[in-house]
Amino acid sequence: MVYTATEPIMNQTEFLSVVMPFKDKLYRLAKRLLVSTEEAEDATQEILLKLWSKSKAIESYNNVEAFAMTMTKNFCLDRLKSKQAGNLKLVHSNYADGQTSLQKEVEAKDSVDWVQKIMEDLPEQQKLVLQLRDVEEYDFDEIADLLDMKPTAVRVALSRARKTVREKLLQKHSYGIG
Amino acid sequence: MELDNIEKLLEKYFEATTTVAEEETLRAYFSQESVATHLKQYSPLFQYFSKAKEERYTKQVPLKPRKNYYKWLSIAAVAVLSAGIYFGNGYLEQQRLDRENAAFAYQETKKALSLLAENFGKGTEKMAYLNEFEETKQKIYNEN
Repeated sequence: MVYTATEPIMNQTEFLSVVMPFKDKLYRLAKRLLVSTEEAEDATQEILLKLWSKSKAIESYNNVEAFAMTMTKNFCLDRLKSKQAGNLKLVHSNYADGQTSLQKEVEAKDSVDWVQKIMEDLPEQQKLVLQLRDVEEYDFDEIADLLDMKPTAVRVALSRARKTVREKLLQKHSYGIG
Repeated sequence: MELDNIEKLLEKYFEATTTVAEEETLRAYFSQESVATHLKQYSPLFQYFSKAKEERYTKQVPLKPRKNYYKWLSIAAVAVLSAGIYFGNGYLEQQRLDRENAAFAYQETKKALSLLAENFGKGTEKMAYLNEFEETKQKIYNEN
């Protein structure tokens, strides 16, 4: 490189070694909220580029992962909100969603995939709590920090989410048998 | 014995009072073949979580190009800006000189015009003498 003086303190390799351990978590969180694979990939890329542009400051954060997860959560919730605000995009995404859920309906013969479908219908907060706990195995304090909730509220939301999934899964199960 | 433990853990799981380690035990139990029949209905739940963990972000992150793009963009911006300041200054200077020249020309013209007016006034004064001469001449004619 010619412009060594303008390079950030953290170089690309160092940055990637910081980001690598949790980039999949960012992606899975984005996908949980946005559902579509393409949108989740775009969101993840956006977040990683944002982090890269802040890479000078990154060293001063004591928990880069938590910072990045919060960024991802906020980014995706904003995306969803602006979609709901309703514009041309809404028409398009409705159309796309209808298509993918139809596709999933066909694919979801397997009851394991049913759990994913059930989770799509949960309220956003419960989705987040379930994702962070049962998929990413964060503890209550970490989740509380990420979602700006009290740990007890996290526990309540988690219990509610788990029970809803159980109930819907058992319904499906008994239909399947009958 | 173990089954008893799993049942207890399940109960705690839905109340969200299990620890991460206990939840790991549940996932491990439901990922194996011999799940008790009356608990089989819970298998998809824990199997799904184990499966969801496997999902990966496989896209390359285009860190470099954007960085370079910004660098060149900023260099270009600086070049345009400094050129603007350089030529812009020249232009402003030129305008200032033009204004000064115009003011000077105006002052000079004013001076010239007032000189003219002054002399013109003197001319009129002299005309007054002529007038006097005419009057005197008339008087002389009248007396004769």
